[in-house]
Amino acid sequence: MPDATVIPIGGEDGARKAASRAARSAGATGPRAKRATARPEPEVVAYDEVESDAAHDVDGAPQRLDATLADWLDFMRRRITGDYVVDDFGFDEELTDRVFMAPLRPLYEKWFRVETRGIENVPSHGGALVVANHSGTIALDAVMTQVALHDHHPAHRNLRMLGANLVFQTPFMGEVARKSGHTLACNPDAERLLSTGEIVGVWPEGFKGIGKPYTERYKLQRFGRGGFVATALRTKTPIIPCAVVGAEEIYPIIGNAKTLARLFNLPYFPITPTFPWLGPFGFVPLPSKWIIEFGEPIMTDHYPEGAADDPMLVFNITDQVRETIQQTLYRLLVQRRSVFR
Amino acid sequence: MSRVVLVTGVSRHLGSRMAAVLSNDPGIEKVIGVDIVLPREGIGGAEFVRADIRNPIIAKVIAAAGVDTVVHMGVLSTPVQAGGRVSMKEINVIGTMQLLAACQKSPGISRLIVKSTSSIYGAGPKDPAMFTEDTEPRSQPRSGWAKDSVEVESYVRGFARRRPDVAVTTFRFANFLGPKVDTPMAAYFGLPVVPTVLGHDARLQFIHEDDGLDVIRRAALEDHPGTFNVAGDGVIMLSQAVRLAGKSALPVPTPMVGVVGGWFRRAGLADFSPEQIKFLTYGRGLDTSRLRERMGVVPTYTTHDAFVEFVHERGLDSALPKHRAEAIERGIAHALGSSTLSEARLSARLRKEAPGRA
Repeated sequence: MPDATVIPIGGEDGARKAASRAARSAGATGPRAKRATARPEPEVVAYDEVESDAAHDVDGAPQRLDATLADWLDFMRRRITGDYVVDDFGFDEELTDRVFMAPLRPLYEKWFRVETRGIENVPSHGGALVVANHSGTIALDAVMTQVALHDHHPAHRNLRMLGANLVFQTPFMGEVARKSGHTLACNPDAERLLSTGEIVGVWPEGFKGIGKPYTERYKLQRFGRGGFVATALRTKTPIIPCAVVGAEEIYPIIGNAKTLARLFNLPYFPITPTFPWLGPFGFVPLPSKWIIEFGEPIMTDHYPEGAADDPMLVFNITDQVRETIQQTLYRLLVQRRSVFR
Repeated sequence: MSRVVLVTGVSRHLGSRMAAVLSNDPGIEKVIGVDIVLPREGIGGAEFVRADIRNPIIAKVIAAAGVDTVVHMGVLSTPVQAGGRVSMKEINVIGTMQLLAACQKSPGISRLIVKSTSSIYGAGPKDPAMFTEDTEPRSQPRSGWAKDSVEVESYVRGFARRRPDVAVTTFRFANFLGPKVDTPMAAYFGLPVVPTVLGHDARLQFIHEDDGLDVIRRAALEDHPGTFNVAGDGVIMLSQAVRLAGKSALPVPTPMVGVVGGWFRRAGLADFSPEQIKFLTYGRGLDTSRLRERMGVVPTYTTHDAFVEFVHERGLDSALPKHRAEAIERGIAHALGSSTLSEARLSARLRKEAPGRA
């Protein structure tokens, strides 16, 4: 390793940054660090650090490309020969990560510019029940929460959602939902997932929340029958209230064509400012600014055995979760500058 | 204690193998195999008695041989085996009723083992991902083998109530696979193109025949009263199974499924019952924790292994073996002009295997 090789990285600016980094790493004391800060000299700064960065940038790029290509070819071969594993629910982790999440990431980062708060409230190990408000005509809020937990949680947690049976009987949607790790909203499945240490997501408002008119935005609907609370009590897993701001505005429902809904056997048939008037363009969601906030976990492990069979307790906790989410929504709405930024 | 075991349905593969396995067991004195037609395969040291379980004569066989354990494997899964749906139903339901009536009249009987099927759970979008033995099915099967099995199980429960001194064991098996097993599932994966339901991908579970027979053998040797799900660990997707078998899928839109199923039936290729089509649409999973906890049995083959073994034994994997797939992969990489690919791939694999070192 020859010392003092001049490696220009990003010109003056890069050199200065490297210098200040070196200064920081040296604790910003001692004569050398001072000199580096005062007069940026690429020869003097911690070259090993710069060198390793540069090696990556200079001849690392084609190698990385090769590795990516090799990785994808390997993935394709295993797909074609059936050499992969799914869990008991049909969750195909690799396919979800590589294929299903790929179009959602730009939507998350660029389109909705999702800001995730309180992700540290979601545990890195063990089961937890994420309970969130539901809105937006189609369940984009659910999949964005899934992206948040997978890409932005330090432990890359998979969110296993509980969905309506309509999801699983619809061709393609059901298949994708199963392969993304989601399952039917029923007690046995929720308990099985929670007791095996998975993060389970529920949207207790269901179709009432997702299909509500725009005038009702950010008003939580009825929170089911509290089945999710009983499940959390039975498995002694924490409940994490989650508030999503921004999803209400993506497809504002200004009308509901009930006859068409009945015809297609759907819970509602939305009329939005763009759908169905603009044809396929009606499917483009409005680019609202999103905030997803995970609240403080509500612990359930201190309740006695059999607490799940106490309806009063279950109702109380359900109300507590609902109130927490509603208050968080109000707080976030006040903080938001406007719908789109 | 000397044991005399009666096995029904020995003319077919699983029944004859069961009789052979039991006759080789030192804990069993004598095995009697019963069926209306001669076994196609050897039944080992077992005695064959040609008798119809639909006929009260079966009671005489039980009494004459001093049978104390009955293994009922005589429930048929396809009408082809019986020569029509009517006689299939008669063999399955009336046969079981007669057999149970005979058992009830025989004071010497102390164990009854019934080979049932997980298809009694049905399959549908409202079902939980995994069925336990106590799960109430949301979509009860309405036809064929599955419905017969529901009825068979209800008669078996009635028998267990009337004879509390008999240890009654019911096994709900996932689909059997093995080198010679002749089930609708095995035939399905033998088709030149495998029809699937468009937009759905079922979760499948299999049990290797060795594991299945071992479970029955254990129940014949010691008391394990109750109902047990039996399946290999894990699930595989139908699409994955089709690829593992080196076949091509033919996705059929839901409204066309019945028609296409009819073509295959008339061509004599495969028999798609409505129950099987639902199964291939929605799939099914079995929770086998009761089998592990109460019987202490863990099937040696996982679902994936059982299927791979089946594919290998049937020679289905000749279509696209692993090494050829890898050669093709290298070919594509070279065509794309990637010179350092092999090293890069190796390092990528190593990284994956030892993530801590990256």
